Amino acid sequence: MSGFEFSGLTASFGGERVIGPLSLDVREGERIALVGKSGAGKSTLIKLIHERVDGHSSLVPQDLGLVNALPVFHNVFMGQLDAHAAWYNTLTLIRPFRKDKDAVRQLLTELAMADKFWTPTASLSGGQRQRVAIARAIYRQSNLLLADEPISALDGPMAHLVMKALSQRFTTSVIALHDVEMALAYSTRVVGIQDGQIALDEASDRLTAADITPLY
Amino acid sequence: MYLSPTARISLLFLAIAVSALFFADIAITTANPWRDLGQFFLGVATPDFFSTEGLATALLRTVAFAFVGVALGAACGFLLSLVYRFYPVRMFCAFIRAIHELFWALIFLQFFGFHPLTGVLAIAIPYSGIFAKVYSEILEESDPGPGRLLPPGTGVVSAFLYARIPDCWVQMRTYTAYRLECGLRSSAILGFVGLPTLGFYLETSFSQGLYSEAGAMLIMFYVLIATIPLWVKPKLLPIYVLSAPFFLGEGMPIVWGNVERFFTEDIIPAPIRNGEGLADLGAWFNDLMLNEALPGIWNTVLLTQIALVATGILALLAFPLISNHFGGPVRRTSGHVFLVIARSTPEYILAYILLQLWGPSMLPAAVALALHNGGIIGHLIGRQTNTVLLRPDAPTGFNRYSWELVPRVYRSFLAFLFYRWEIIMRETAILGILGIYTLGLYVDSAIQQIRFDRAMVLILITALLNIGIDILGRYIRRKLALQTMPTC
Repeated sequence: MSGFEFSGLTASFGGERVIGPLSLDVREGERIALVGKSGAGKSTLIKLIHERVDGHSSLVPQDLGLVNALPVFHNVFMGQLDAHAAWYNTLTLIRPFRKDKDAVRQLLTELAMADKFWTPTASLSGGQRQRVAIARAIYRQSNLLLADEPISALDGPMAHLVMKALSQRFTTSVIALHDVEMALAYSTRVVGIQDGQIALDEASDRLTAADITPLY
Repeated sequence: MYLSPTARISLLFLAIAVSALFFADIAITTANPWRDLGQFFLGVATPDFFSTEGLATALLRTVAFAFVGVALGAACGFLLSLVYRFYPVRMFCAFIRAIHELFWALIFLQFFGFHPLTGVLAIAIPYSGIFAKVYSEILEESDPGPGRLLPPGTGVVSAFLYARIPDCWVQMRTYTAYRLECGLRSSAILGFVGLPTLGFYLETSFSQGLYSEAGAMLIMFYVLIATIPLWVKPKLLPIYVLSAPFFLGEGMPIVWGNVERFFTEDIIPAPIRNGEGLADLGAWFNDLMLNEALPGIWNTVLLTQIALVATGILALLAFPLISNHFGGPVRRTSGHVFLVIARSTPEYILAYILLQLWGPSMLPAAVALALHNGGIIGHLIGRQTNTVLLRPDAPTGFNRYSWELVPRVYRSFLAFLFYRWEIIMRETAILGILGIYTLGLYVDSAIQQIRFDRAMVLILITALLNIGIDILGRYIRRKLALQTMPTC
């Protein structure tokens, strides 16, 4: 699955509606940047989409969802657990196969993380942890990427590196970003969320930073 | 006058214990208790490590039974923890862990005889119940996030191995290693019912008045437990576990006819076995309840309440011994030694020694229970105070103790105490085997009279009493919002 069309998206928290009802229609090949101030409902919307597509997407949640006790390799490998039999996965926990190691190492090299291959994720810095979650999402090899602030802990050059890698690997994506410049640079369409509703929906090349700022 | 809920519950339990003292049989009955105690300490001070070759065998068997029993218990407990959410499984686990290792040993002795299986199962069965509970709690607390992120279609086994186990691994390993220490204690006391572990040799030396030999055994046992971090290494564990079954000793062969007879005849209530009517069964049950179960329950509860409060008082007195906020390094080192000895000596061995020296009454039993349990809680609380940062101008001496530290640790102190309530009761019941009038005495004498039907009913009652206290203890901890980690 890559494109989707949802209507009547709603979410409540503690009896209070935080999202919707709203409709969102995403076509294959679109790269959407979700913008809006914190608390507007971006994370909730991403979780909702993830549920609606029955998990058939690569997800980078804000809390990353890493298994802290496992090394970087295994955390990335987890993106493809469904592709192998139980015995294969079990063996990989103890002694990974060469082809999996090579594939993961290549990916990590691209993200400038190859030297941390066997490091348990618990001992990584915030930016490194974020890149492990991104590597896992890429390794998952789904067409649709859902990411919630995937570059919040990365510095400038690294953030661009990661965003480039993501746009190369995924045909369709919905990425929540608080950095307006990055949102404009790496998206084809910007969706602005305000108080749980869509307040802005426009092609990126017709927008400037000044059009987005009022949302914050 | 306003009293906080924790203060109110403390005073209530104190009042119960004080009134229990009026009904309890507290006395020193031996002619010369202090001389005997002095001789015992002299024996410990002049240990004789070479008088008997039994010492090395005793230690080897103790370690072997502990390893096999704990490993089997951990494996079964892990499997049970996977299905622990089902109510029947929880009840089953609560039941098997409510019966003390020595009771299990007494049961298996009746039909397996002195076969190694008796000792292994006596440890493995109650430990399975405990492992199942603690493992399932650890698994439940693991972070559910990674599991939710797995691609749809991921197999159950892969999901469990990648998203659950790694998060819990360290905690499960730490707890299992801790249980191994408990297993060494359980294994040692199995000797008191005749299995070839430390307790057997200790009892032999003691009954012959060979205090130096007994002292050597105790010292070796402390060394064994204190050096666990040195000789139990993750890499060596598989070797230990695989080789331990070969060091359990030969024992006696199992007579399968006995096993069959035990289940088809021995444990059937006598009136049913003899084809008598329901009226006779009623009379049999009444007699059992009135003459054995009720007095046993009464004494068990009395002693438990006294021992619980004595444990609390001792723990509160003992924790400053190892706290960084008091005294110098010399005092703290001796404090550590005292608490290590108090908590590594199984209460059963402490009670046995004190009973030999002071004669049979509830006093030695209560002191033994308080020493062991107070040592454990005092150690944990003392360690906790070391994480407390006091302001630079904090009061010193008794004011520091009563105003700064006790208020800060009192809640977790109560949590540990109520957690151990059920453990103290389980031990209290078993101490009856040594001759005080708790449930264990009636179980033991029923077995000696070869009336297993009665023994089984009494063990069942003991288990139910423990489950009841466990539920009550958990209720109080929940009411007061006290949290704790498991201890043994």
